[in-house]
Amino acid sequence: MGFSWQEYWSGLSPGPGIEPVSPALIATQENTMKDTDIKKLLYTHLLCIFSIILSVFIPSFFLENFSILETHLTWLYICSVSATAVNLVLYLVVKPNVSSKRSSLSYKVTRFLKCCIYFLTSCFFFHVIFVLYGAPLIELVLETFSLAVILSTFTTVPCLCLLGPNFKAWLRIFSRNGRKKHRACEENGTEAQHSETSSVTHHKRVTSVWENSLQITTISSFVGIWLGAFPIPLDWGRPWQEWPISCTLGATFGYVAGLVISPLWIYWNRKKLTYKNN
Amino acid sequence: MRLGSGTFAAGCVVIEVLGVALFLRGFFPAPVFSGTERQAESPAPEPSAGASSNWTELPPPLFSKVVIMLIDALRDDFVFGSKGVKFMPYTTYLVEKGSSLSFVAEAKPPTVTMPRIKALLTGSLPGFIDVVRNLNSPTLLEDNVITRAKAAGKRIIFYGDETWVKLFPKHFVEYDGTTSFFVSDYTEVDNNVTRHLDKVLKRQDWDVLILHYLGLDHIGHISGPSSPLIGPKLSEMDSILMKIHTSLLSEERGALLPSLLALCGDHGMSEAGGHGASSMEEVNTALVLISSAFERKPGDVRHPTHVQQTDLAATLSVGLGLPIPKSNTGSLMFRVVEGRPMREQLRLLHLNTVQLSKLLQENVPSYKKEPGFEQFKVAERLHRSWVRLYLEGSNSEALANLGAKVRRQYLDALRMLRLSLTRRAAQYDVYSMAVGTVLVLEALALLLLGVPQALSSRAELDVPLLSPVLPLLFGLLLLALAALHVVVCTAVDSSCYLCGLPWLAAGGVMALTAALLCAGVSALTRIFAGGQCLTQTPPQSTSRWSELGLLSFLGTVGHVLSLGASSFIEEEHQTWYFLINTLCLALCHQIYRHCFLGDDCAPQRCPHTGEEFDGVAVARQGKRAGPEGWELSHAPKDPSSLEALRGPERWMVLASPWLVLACCRLLRSLNQTGVQWAHRPDLGHWLTSSDHKAELSVLAALSLTMIFVLVQKRCSLTSKVAVAFGLLGIYCYRAAIGNVLFPWQQDNKDISKGITEARFVYVFVLGILFTGTKDLLKSQIIAADFTARTVGLWEIHSGLVLLAALLLRPHNLPVLVLSLAVQTVMTQFIWRPLRHGAAAVTVMHYWFGQAFFYFQLWALLGLLLGCYSLGTRACCISSSVLESPSRQTQPPPGLASGCSCVLRTALDRCTEHPAPGPGGTEFHLSLQPCP
Repeated sequence: MGFSWQEYWSGLSPGPGIEPVSPALIATQENTMKDTDIKKLLYTHLLCIFSIILSVFIPSFFLENFSILETHLTWLYICSVSATAVNLVLYLVVKPNVSSKRSSLSYKVTRFLKCCIYFLTSCFFFHVIFVLYGAPLIELVLETFSLAVILSTFTTVPCLCLLGPNFKAWLRIFSRNGRKKHRACEENGTEAQHSETSSVTHHKRVTSVWENSLQITTISSFVGIWLGAFPIPLDWGRPWQEWPISCTLGATFGYVAGLVISPLWIYWNRKKLTYKNN
Repeated sequence: MRLGSGTFAAGCVVIEVLGVALFLRGFFPAPVFSGTERQAESPAPEPSAGASSNWTELPPPLFSKVVIMLIDALRDDFVFGSKGVKFMPYTTYLVEKGSSLSFVAEAKPPTVTMPRIKALLTGSLPGFIDVVRNLNSPTLLEDNVITRAKAAGKRIIFYGDETWVKLFPKHFVEYDGTTSFFVSDYTEVDNNVTRHLDKVLKRQDWDVLILHYLGLDHIGHISGPSSPLIGPKLSEMDSILMKIHTSLLSEERGALLPSLLALCGDHGMSEAGGHGASSMEEVNTALVLISSAFERKPGDVRHPTHVQQTDLAATLSVGLGLPIPKSNTGSLMFRVVEGRPMREQLRLLHLNTVQLSKLLQENVPSYKKEPGFEQFKVAERLHRSWVRLYLEGSNSEALANLGAKVRRQYLDALRMLRLSLTRRAAQYDVYSMAVGTVLVLEALALLLLGVPQALSSRAELDVPLLSPVLPLLFGLLLLALAALHVVVCTAVDSSCYLCGLPWLAAGGVMALTAALLCAGVSALTRIFAGGQCLTQTPPQSTSRWSELGLLSFLGTVGHVLSLGASSFIEEEHQTWYFLINTLCLALCHQIYRHCFLGDDCAPQRCPHTGEEFDGVAVARQGKRAGPEGWELSHAPKDPSSLEALRGPERWMVLASPWLVLACCRLLRSLNQTGVQWAHRPDLGHWLTSSDHKAELSVLAALSLTMIFVLVQKRCSLTSKVAVAFGLLGIYCYRAAIGNVLFPWQQDNKDISKGITEARFVYVFVLGILFTGTKDLLKSQIIAADFTARTVGLWEIHSGLVLLAALLLRPHNLPVLVLSLAVQTVMTQFIWRPLRHGAAAVTVMHYWFGQAFFYFQLWALLGLLLGCYSLGTRACCISSSVLESPSRQTQPPPGLASGCSCVLRTALDRCTEHPAPGPGGTEFHLSLQPCP
């Protein structure tokens, strides 16, 4: 394979870490492994982005009067379904995690059901958070819940795909040097930066490139939805200022941004990132 | 020189206040008014060529009797719109077919009753600054229609809003003022006016009758313009109008002159029911002039035309045959005098134009260049030739043609004159504003630069005075500023406040500016000099940014930035709700992290804090770095105190952020504020509607009990008893003024106005405050008496809470309860276990204080918006405080809650972190802004 990932990205700069010294040989192997992982990660992320873009354009061939703003909920669910499907397929194909030892049918069914329950719980949880943030309690319940669904799609579904319904693993991923990132903490944009810096210095908790990118996409989705609420009180009277639309768009943009940023960021910091081999 | 940090902070605050005052002086346009003393000067004679037949007296009055029926908040569509057709049939008939003239009168903001009354009667444009200027003397001293009428021997009778009686204490031969104190009353307040009507209409011994009805405005404040109460009220007003009109018509038969009935509104009503701002609904008021002089031919369709509200003053003076008030900026409504002979028309227009041009001469130095003035000169010349033709007895057609031309010229001149006067009233004094801004910014910069030093352990500040460069710099700056001052003052032709000051005062301001600049520069150079030797420790500075610190920093900065957009000012509450929600979630995150995983990063973050703590390098990390460092240095003693918590307390800690969030969500639905969603139904309206009095009573009683439970904990026994009695008194007061029910006195009909009860509560408030102050003083004298100090602070706190409970409307009492509860929960279960620094706690208190201020806000909003449209924030607070005494619809609890917010911060500090150094405490206290 004549393709070097480092050269692809860094142009003329010599590939770091590739030195034919025997003690560093293991490190080199690790590095190349990481590089292929990063490449895989980039492709899967590009596919995810592609699926989201398709969900905007494809339905207009089948549905009349389809547009993001006017038939917002339809788009939302199509987007959610397509993102979920792509995530599932990709993770089944790529299999970033070594799959579990048991593979009996009943185990798989319970696992699937558990995943569904997790997903629904997270939807309800997000719904409660939105109401606490000031979403109307009685009116527009469907809209609020749809927003919760799409946020869960962007955050919970990748977690479920990658980690399975394993709460401990979630805790491990979303705790910064021993912190539990509580799932719904929609925090300031700097939170993302924080997790990043900490995962550089304290690397014990994250075991692979995949989990690292999971952190980034999840957090950027939260930040996106948080920022998406800003235009609502403005008096511009635009159609996208309606209740869930700006937040949905914010979450989507945040997710896409996370998908783009995470491979780049991981590539950039690849020298500092060392993962515990599992 | 060494300066204590308390002194430093106080100095900065004083300079800030000075700068803001200077800015405001420049920002608020000085009102246009005539400065000359009132004297018996003769009216301007009719312009004439020769000396033969001058018409020097005033023209005779047009109307024998004038009735002004002023309905508060009479919006234009209440009369001319669908509501008017439906509920005011008689008025609609008069407007469409009868002998009347209808106008849409545009009021200028602030659309609040007192300035509007002044505008109606003086014709001037009272600005915001006018409210401040006339605070001491409620009497209207400017030249106005009422004073002129009194001087001309007219007998004036007044019934209605007390404001008039305050404005004109000796002008009415008979009056009965109704108070607008009880906003919830919209029937009695009008019946008190109407009951005199039958008697007065039968009598003949008056010339002017003024009626001011408040009911409509009260309905607006209670339930908005689409309320079902509006219809019956409009019908009532219509029937009163019919009664007055028929009675006037029957009297008119024998009389020489017709009479005038003017139906007008002082301001409109916004969609939320308030007023004060400059939205179309608030500005456009109905004005209908009804008189048999305005007889119309069949088929003559008259649509309401747009006029200025100030035009009524000139029209009324002309109608009563009085000289036009000197400060009047309005023009005569020409349609009123259309039916008069040409000579009289021109004479009246001439009088008005002369008055306006005189006003222009007094206020604008370069008045000769104004287009209005030139047009006035042209018109006067034409008028003169018309008079000559008239006296010569020329043929009527030429006379009429020339007359029409003169009239047109006069009307143009009037319009232009009014325009330049209005523009004049909205002119900023840019120089004063700039100097004020510079002062404020300099003080702010100095404060920020000085914070790390002032908060350090010594709590002192080095002020280098004797360095050789600084005096030189100071002298140069002073010289440059003085030169600038001279140049500006000689170049600018318009009046400027700073230039008007005596030289010494202006020089003082310049010297202050220069000195502050020097101090800033010296502080900056020192930081840079110090920064160079401290650069070797940068890496740990990033890890010091905790999420909460960043959140509070970004939130505060973001809030300030958001005030640049008008929508975010209108919906500022949304910003605060959003921020405190995020804050709660962040706290929740922190707590869960501590509880489940233990915080293993604390020891790593601590080591450097000790030596660098009072160094200069912390300045780069913002102003909270100091106290945080201080807090962290205490942390490693017990790295995971939360791990030690077991059982119910641990659960409480885990649940508390959710509890706080739920409280906030509940309170959020209590009052709908803002503009966009103000019309949404909320719990407050449900509770205040008369059907739910029982629920409101239960809620109020429950809230008062809860307040007692929450407040009494740390007070001395005497204060406890006093608080209990005070809260009981509050309930009695509310029951007496009819907000809530008394359980044992069902049918108490007499309205005692609750003054006794309110005084009773005030006695307790003062008593508690006095005890608290006494304890504080005692603790100052006996240095070791720490408990007395705490108790004293808590007593003052409970006194303020009692005051707030008295001032808040009963349906807002839960806000107070929950604010106390949230504060208790936060202190006990969040701040203490997580060991937040004093600065973090202060910021959180400030945020919660802001949010709770908006939770109880309801109808004052119109006023706030009126201010925002002018672009400043400071005036909002001042005018809301100023408005309250005159209107009493909204007591200013924001003030009390703000102060108690400060106080609570102090309390937390004392109880949690004993002895942080007195300087630090003072500094923070004085920094804490009041919402």
